[in-house]
Amino acid sequence: MKVDLKEVEEACKELYIRALKLLPPDIKDGFKRLDATETDATGKAILGTMIRNIKVAEENQNLLCQDTGIPIYNVTIGSDVEVDGYKLKQAIVKGCERATQEHPLRSSVVHPVTRKNQHTSSGRRVPVINLDFVEDSETLSIEMIPKGSGSENNSWLKMAVPADGIDAVKTFVVDCVLDAGGKTCPPTIVGVGVGGTADLCVHLSKIAATRPLGSHCEDPEGARLEAELSSAVNQLGVGPQGLGGDSTSFAVHVETAATHITMNPVAVNMQCHSARRARATFTPKGLSYGF
Amino acid sequence: MAHYDFNMPIGEADARRLELNDTVTLNGTLYGIRDATQIHMFDRGRTTRFDMKGHAVVHTAPNVKWVGETAAHPSGYAPICIGTTTSARMERFTRPLMEQYGVRIIIGKGGLSEGSSDAFRDVGGVYLAIVGGAAALETTWVEQIEEVDLDDLNPESLWKFRVKGFGPLLVSMDSRGGSLYTQVNNAARDKRAAALASLGVKAS
Repeated sequence: MKVDLKEVEEACKELYIRALKLLPPDIKDGFKRLDATETDATGKAILGTMIRNIKVAEENQNLLCQDTGIPIYNVTIGSDVEVDGYKLKQAIVKGCERATQEHPLRSSVVHPVTRKNQHTSSGRRVPVINLDFVEDSETLSIEMIPKGSGSENNSWLKMAVPADGIDAVKTFVVDCVLDAGGKTCPPTIVGVGVGGTADLCVHLSKIAATRPLGSHCEDPEGARLEAELSSAVNQLGVGPQGLGGDSTSFAVHVETAATHITMNPVAVNMQCHSARRARATFTPKGLSYGF
Repeated sequence: MAHYDFNMPIGEADARRLELNDTVTLNGTLYGIRDATQIHMFDRGRTTRFDMKGHAVVHTAPNVKWVGETAAHPSGYAPICIGTTTSARMERFTRPLMEQYGVRIIIGKGGLSEGSSDAFRDVGGVYLAIVGGAAALETTWVEQIEEVDLDDLNPESLWKFRVKGFGPLLVSMDSRGGSLYTQVNNAARDKRAAALASLGVKAS
């Protein structure tokens, strides 16, 4: 399949706007589940406001949250897809910039030193573009994630030592949830990276935090940790917006990678309740949008 | 738990009357303020022409559209999506906002810390919690962007909104040193050992 880069640019523009306005069905289901079981009156009222907001955003075709985030595009290219990688990245950046200027959207991106805002949601190395490749496929998939700062500002890495074992990982996750309190806009998805190098570990925590609810770690050891930690963090009573309640997190997601004999890294990255993402899929049959 | 409807601005006694878990709905003027706004006002010597005495500020940087100055949009900006950001980053600006500008109410999400509690107690003010991430709904409470100052910092300008039925908002920090965040956080830390035990970990 040969990729039409003009179509990719249009899709990357559309994806940013769609992601900001339409909450994925798995997150909506997550809200239903929490709302049905929340026992705290304040927590219940806050969940009700969040659920109402999803409806208002759909009715008014407005953004769910004012934070347009740092734009992230996760691109998966099938082995039977023909595309110029450099031009593909250019098309993604152009689409992101056009969404910001044509909708218009608040550009939340500034230079880290001068703090200058180009009002394009882009800048040096932003949007973040992650590339991956899969075999025997004529499919190009682009997932767009506007990662809000309230949750991103609550990111942690600990280079624990092997002698501290898996207990260090578990303790760290619980302590991060306590430290975050209401600042991450709970209920959250707590993303945990275990293993790898320092940078890979943090990247894994982001993949985990932005995975659909109901998905599980492919590594059975990671999946086991997910179940245990999901139950544990929801015993803390942080609750929606950190104002108390049962609904601290929709789930804890874990991703793992092999690591060094001397290392035991753990990273935590959180996703807020406005767990936004959108996906465009290009196949020989055409372009379709989803989550 | 009482509910109050405030037509802004308010006086010190109005702020001091509020207790934790009361709710408040605002009408009239509301100022939008953000990290860069306050860095420039309190660290870089810039001032604003706005009179914020007795008023409320919300921690925000809105999505707006430039439409040109008209009767409907006197600032030249139409609101697109106005929501609230995490307050904790702006903790150190609470006292100067109150002492230098007379601000009585800070609206935000996630709460502020002890320094702000002290300022609320010393000067007479409160923190009202809005539901973060519920910006589509919050936008429906904003009638107009009346004026804008320090707009070279856009979107972190100092915004003057006219609001109607802005709330209900929860009194989560009052002028008596009370904070729901501290209460919830302390209670959560008390449950740490049990949560770790459920993971087979002995708390250290």
